[in-house]
Formats: sequence, structure tokens, C-alpha cells
Amino acid sequence: MSDHLIWVIVGMGIVTYIPRMLPLVLFHTNHLHPRIQGILKNVPFAILGALIFPGVLTINPENYLYGGIGAAAAFIAAWLNLNVIVVVLSSIFVLYGYTLL
Amino acid sequence: MIRGLSRGQTPYHLINITSYKNGDEKEMMPSPALHREETPADWKKGVQAGLPIAIGYMPVAFTFGLLAKAAELSLFEAIGMSVIVFAGASQYIALSMIVAMSGAAELILTTFIMNIRHLLMSASLKERAEDDPKWLRAIYAFFITDETFSVAATSPEKKITGSYLLGLGVVAYSCWVIFSGVGYLMGAGLPQSLQDSMGIALYAMFIALLVPAAKKSKKVIALATSAGVLNSIFSLVPTLKGGWGIILSTLIAAVTIEFFMRGDERDE
Repeated sequence: MSDHLIWVIVGMGIVTYIPRMLPLVLFHTNHLHPRIQGILKNVPFAILGALIFPGVLTINPENYLYGGIGAAAAFIAAWLNLNVIVVVLSSIFVLYGYTLL
Repeated sequence: MIRGLSRGQTPYHLINITSYKNGDEKEMMPSPALHREETPADWKKGVQAGLPIAIGYMPVAFTFGLLAKAAELSLFEAIGMSVIVFAGASQYIALSMIVAMSGAAELILTTFIMNIRHLLMSASLKERAEDDPKWLRAIYAFFITDETFSVAATSPEKKITGSYLLGLGVVAYSCWVIFSGVGYLMGAGLPQSLQDSMGIALYAMFIALLVPAAKKSKKVIALATSAGVLNSIFSLVPTLKGGWGIILSTLIAAVTIEFFMRGDERDE
């Protein structure tokens, strides 16, 4: 993978640029159907759910509890409206503490 | 989103007075070449409006750099992704898929699905920025993100000029790229035992993005839960494990929830 990773990144760049550019540069007055707009707005939240589960439980394949504890720490920190980096750091440190036990 | 300017409007003929108050002497001289649409003041206003975004990006880009290091990307690949893609969430997603050994097609398709939403923003900006030449629009289109769009779309000006959007975009972009590199280098300096605990970092990041939105909206909870459950089921199927399962569960959740919960109480 890593040999051609930079080409994958270029591909990611192209497919990201196209939706940014198309309406501004090429489309004439274009209105998407409200239903389609709604679905597009849903995508970021759905994708987050799919990314978290089941992946978070398998970061240590021998011990589901490991990921579970990290996720719980992150959830609590996020619930308290802490900044993203604080959420990330606190879950790292909680797990670091857990491995030291 | 914080803006550089208040809602108190800035009528065009007052722009030079505004600049004077900011103490910029160059702006005090009204140049005869000034057009109504393209003025240095627009560019400067864009930069000012971009600063809060830049500050907001710093920790996110920094974290991306840290995670890219943990995902064993090279410095070149990590910074390259920020330079070429410039889309926070999908860059994080790409890292987690790289760690999970997903293929190139899954990575690129997931990035595409994640970022189609920029279509809406680009279309909306076009309504207010039509006077610029196509090549200029093609350039500032690159800088559209959730944040730059939100700032531009809520700016008090009636017409958004290319200079404004470029100023806004370049500030946010530079900060994103620079702090990706800084985060990567800092990550490399951490002790190995701590780097091992960083496997949780990506997921913590996703949780941090999701929870504040979920607290405000049942629809967000429904979307994330159903996609998470679907993907957990798909992960039991060998061919759907990894990237394709994520794509499929995202699409199914986004479409079906839209049909079940059209009365959307989500704050946008």
C-alpha cells in the first residue's frame, strides 16, 4: 500500500476537488432535490457511526475492553464539551494508565 | 462560527474609514484603480474572517499530524495529504482505513462520498459570487470546507468577491498544512509506549466530532447508531469487511433515516 499511497492521496484530492468546483465553475443554476440535500447532510453523521463501530472495539484484537475503555473516556470528555484535542488526549492517557495497571 | 465582522454591516463607502480605524495606512489612500468588486480591503477582510478558522484548525491539523505519524505515514505523505486534499474529516477517515489495510478504491470512494456535501456549499456560494472569471472560481473552489463556507455564507456583504474568498481560504489552508507538519514532528518525539496508546486517538476524534451533534439531535443519534450497527454486521462478512462495509452502511443509513425522519430538528 505505502508504495503507491501518494497516488491514492492524489486520487482523494481529485475526488474532493470535483464537488467543490463543479457548481461554481460549470453548472448553471442548479438546484438539488431537497430529499437529496437531506441525504447529503446525513452522510457525515452516518459515516462517523460506521467508522466508530465496530472498529473501536478491535484496536486491541485480544481485548475488546481496551477499546471500550478508550471509547468511554472519549465519550465522557466529549459529553463535557471539551475541545477535540482534549478529548483525544484524555482517551490516550486513560488507556496509557490502563496498560500500566 | 465567529466572524471577523459584526452584523453591523459595512456599507461599501465606509470601507476606507474602517481600514483607517484598523490603522493600516496603505488602505487610507483610495486608489483610482479600485473597482467595486475587487479591492485590497476585500482580501484583507477575507484574511481577518479566516483567522478564527485558522485558530480552530490548529488543534485539528495538529492531531491529524500526530495520527498520521501513528498510522505510519511518512512526513511527505502526511503533509501531502493536507496539501492536496484539505478536508479534515476525510483525512482522518483515510488514516483509519490505511491502518485497516483498505484498498485504494475503497479509500478514494469513501473520500468522495464524504465530500460530495461540498456540492451544496459550492452551489450556494455561486449564487453570491457570480461575477468572477472561471479560473478564479476554480481556484477558490479548492478552499471550500465546512468552516470557510459557513464564514463566507454568513458574511454581511451582499456580494462575496473572489479576493475575500481567497484571503479566507489561504489563511485557513496555510494553518492546516503547517500544523499537520508540526503535529507529525511532535508525534515522532513521543515515547514509544505512549505512541502505542494512540490507536484510540482516531476513534476519540470521531467521538468528539459526533457527540456534540448527537446531544442536539435525535436524527444524528439515529444516523450514527444505525450505521454503526450495520457496519458491525457487515464486518462479519469477509468481502464487506473494512472500506466497503463503511460505504454501504453509510449510504443505507443516510437514505433510510432521511425517509423515516424527514421532520429534521437538527440545528445546522
